[in-house]
Amino acid sequence: MFQNWRNDWFSNVRGDLLAGTVVALALIPEAIAFSIIAGVDPKVGLYASFCIAVIIAFTGGRPGMISAATGAMALLMVTLVKEHGLEYLLAATLLTGVLQIGAGYFKLGDLMRFVSRSVVTGFVNALAILIFMAQLPELTNVTWHVYAMTAAGLGIIYLFPLLPRIGKVIPSPLVTIVLMTLVAIVLQLDIRTVGDMGELPDTLPILLWPDVPLNFETLAIIFPYSVGLAVVGLLESMMTATIIDDLTDTGSDKNRECKGQGIANIGAGLFGGMAGCAMIGQSVINVKSGGRGRLSTFVAGLFLIVMVVFLDDWIKQIPMAALVAVMIMVSIGTFSWDSLRDMKKHPLSTNVVMVSTVVVVVATHNLAIGVFVGVLLASLFFANKVGHFLIIKTEANEQETERGYRIIGQVFFASSDKFTSAFDFKEALDKVTIDLSQAHFWDITSVTALDKVVIKFRREGTEVELIGMNEASATIVDRFGVHDKPEEVEKILAGH
Amino acid sequence: MSKVIACIDGSQVAKDVCDAAAWASLKMKAPLDLLHVLDKDEYPKIDQHSDLSGNIGLGSREHLLQELTELDARRSKLALEHGKHMLEDARKRVETDGVVTVSTHQRHGSLLETLQEAELDMRLLVMGRQGEAHDNQAHSLGSHLENVVRAMQKPILVAVPGFKAPTRFMFAYDGSKTAQKALDKLVQSPLLKGLECHLVMVAEEDDKHVGDLKLAEDKLKAAGYQVNTALEQGDVQPLLSNYQQQHGIDLLVMGAYGHSRIRQFLVGSNTAKMVRLSDVSMLLLR
Repeated sequence: MFQNWRNDWFSNVRGDLLAGTVVALALIPEAIAFSIIAGVDPKVGLYASFCIAVIIAFTGGRPGMISAATGAMALLMVTLVKEHGLEYLLAATLLTGVLQIGAGYFKLGDLMRFVSRSVVTGFVNALAILIFMAQLPELTNVTWHVYAMTAAGLGIIYLFPLLPRIGKVIPSPLVTIVLMTLVAIVLQLDIRTVGDMGELPDTLPILLWPDVPLNFETLAIIFPYSVGLAVVGLLESMMTATIIDDLTDTGSDKNRECKGQGIANIGAGLFGGMAGCAMIGQSVINVKSGGRGRLSTFVAGLFLIVMVVFLDDWIKQIPMAALVAVMIMVSIGTFSWDSLRDMKKHPLSTNVVMVSTVVVVVATHNLAIGVFVGVLLASLFFANKVGHFLIIKTEANEQETERGYRIIGQVFFASSDKFTSAFDFKEALDKVTIDLSQAHFWDITSVTALDKVVIKFRREGTEVELIGMNEASATIVDRFGVHDKPEEVEKILAGH
Repeated sequence: MSKVIACIDGSQVAKDVCDAAAWASLKMKAPLDLLHVLDKDEYPKIDQHSDLSGNIGLGSREHLLQELTELDARRSKLALEHGKHMLEDARKRVETDGVVTVSTHQRHGSLLETLQEAELDMRLLVMGRQGEAHDNQAHSLGSHLENVVRAMQKPILVAVPGFKAPTRFMFAYDGSKTAQKALDKLVQSPLLKGLECHLVMVAEEDDKHVGDLKLAEDKLKAAGYQVNTALEQGDVQPLLSNYQQQHGIDLLVMGAYGHSRIRQFLVGSNTAKMVRLSDVSMLLLR
């Protein structure tokens, strides 16, 4: 245990310190931008990012993943903040944490297996689009200076790393922000700065219980928001964890991550921060910069708060245009461009799932609804596909007085119509034999369909014999514990 | 089929591990399996020039995955190749020592996990006191040994540099549960049959201890050992060390880690001290 602990924290000190610093620099503009999306003071997002990053470094299940205030979560709180104010947001954040811890204990992280690849891609793309759209208000009804600065900022971000030597040593978003701030100060441009957007932190966060009445009414207000936040937070965290698992070829404990996210959100709520979760873009930056261990996440949080508290006078003067440039970079980096290219190769159903997820999210601004729609569509498509795996073979005796039907394949709600329509009730027969030994009945719909078939034949005066009913209905049981053993599964699926 | 499993790495003690494993395999008439574990965490860290530009652009994630995969692939291929050579050398060495049924094995993962998976099939585990990482430090404990010893239920032969087939062994006995279990194993095992046995206890000379010792001596004698018994007083480790030198003992047998890690942290562990400071190879019985 001790060795694990040491391995998680101190196996990569130099890389973690450097990467954590790079991430902290990138986190500051994001935390400010996401606070603005949520409609709260920048300090709420900055405190949240600090608390969440530092706490998750200890409690998370995926070393090297960065969690902080995120756009996905910020989008969900907009109406809550507008209608009820900051204190209710803090209360909702606490409740979100409690729900997520519960999810961890009930091992809901395992449910991620129902979220298909295309839904994940849709989620990520939708997130990127939403982050981009959130920047648009900063780019409308402004002078040409803002456009020029944003364009120059993006230019620096992408071209600076190409410089020999210093290009790979100094984070280019930082260069953008410093240069743009200097330009704005020197030219005394009259453009919006971070200071105009609300209060910045000038002290370390302090422990405060949210100032809301503790009654049922409050719960009724915050509960729907908390559920959405908890779901979206866990979804994005689980997806990010999977991405980091793949990148680093190491494992993670998803249920511990759920609980860790919960604890981190409770911490954020108590210290005046908004709810957050894992960040795909930042985590990728962390790995890219060489961060692997828990230390990188911890350093990112700590370094962020130190910089913000000591440099608040400077941060105030950062022009919003520079921030917008950084956020556009984040949205470009988050978007899965491969998914556009792959659309030609992938089957239509997959593309429909992905695109619907994106469209629903962009329309509702709620990632949870989008994922729900995506999962639902994916399941329907799957059910439809499996429904095709049903063949009915039939053979009559020479006098055409008896007929045998042999059912091969899957019978369930999506294929029971096909099942019923395969029988010819008009044929005048003495006896019908239905061989089910190679069929699988998955639900009650299929059993009802079979009953109907039998009754119909009887009414025509035909005698019905069923063969292999027990084998066919063995799959109906809901107790999947039995099916965990390979030999049991083999028995049930025999003949396929 | 239960085997003698020997853990091979690139350290200096690997050849002694081979010799010890060959000796044990011949004595126990058990097949020998040479195991090399490829642990990614143990690979020498290549100081990749890290990219601190902190930006993400088109397809950054995909490119990063590709880049990291290639890096890992190169490192793993090297380690795989290196491991194969080591195993081949080890096989030659044990075959020269006279072992007939030798198999070699390479697995990915951590050493501990791999050994736990192999435990069902294991009769005796042979490993060096320290691995590659500690090659230059005499009398230091390798990073894996204690974890392995604590986790395994099978006897472990710990080889130190300069192993030669033992003729006399010393059994450090203290009458505790761990020691009694060790005694039972010793009586059943063919490994040390025919060797001269020195049964040593470090404790106050009272009725209980004398009785315990007598009991153990009888058991060993019944199993056909030629036994010399000693009951001594003083500090455990230096005393046993002295005894070992005086009597030309070349193998030390003891029950290992009878106490929890917490107790070890507070009062220290005789096992840890003995394993670290011993000049001869050790057989640890769990």
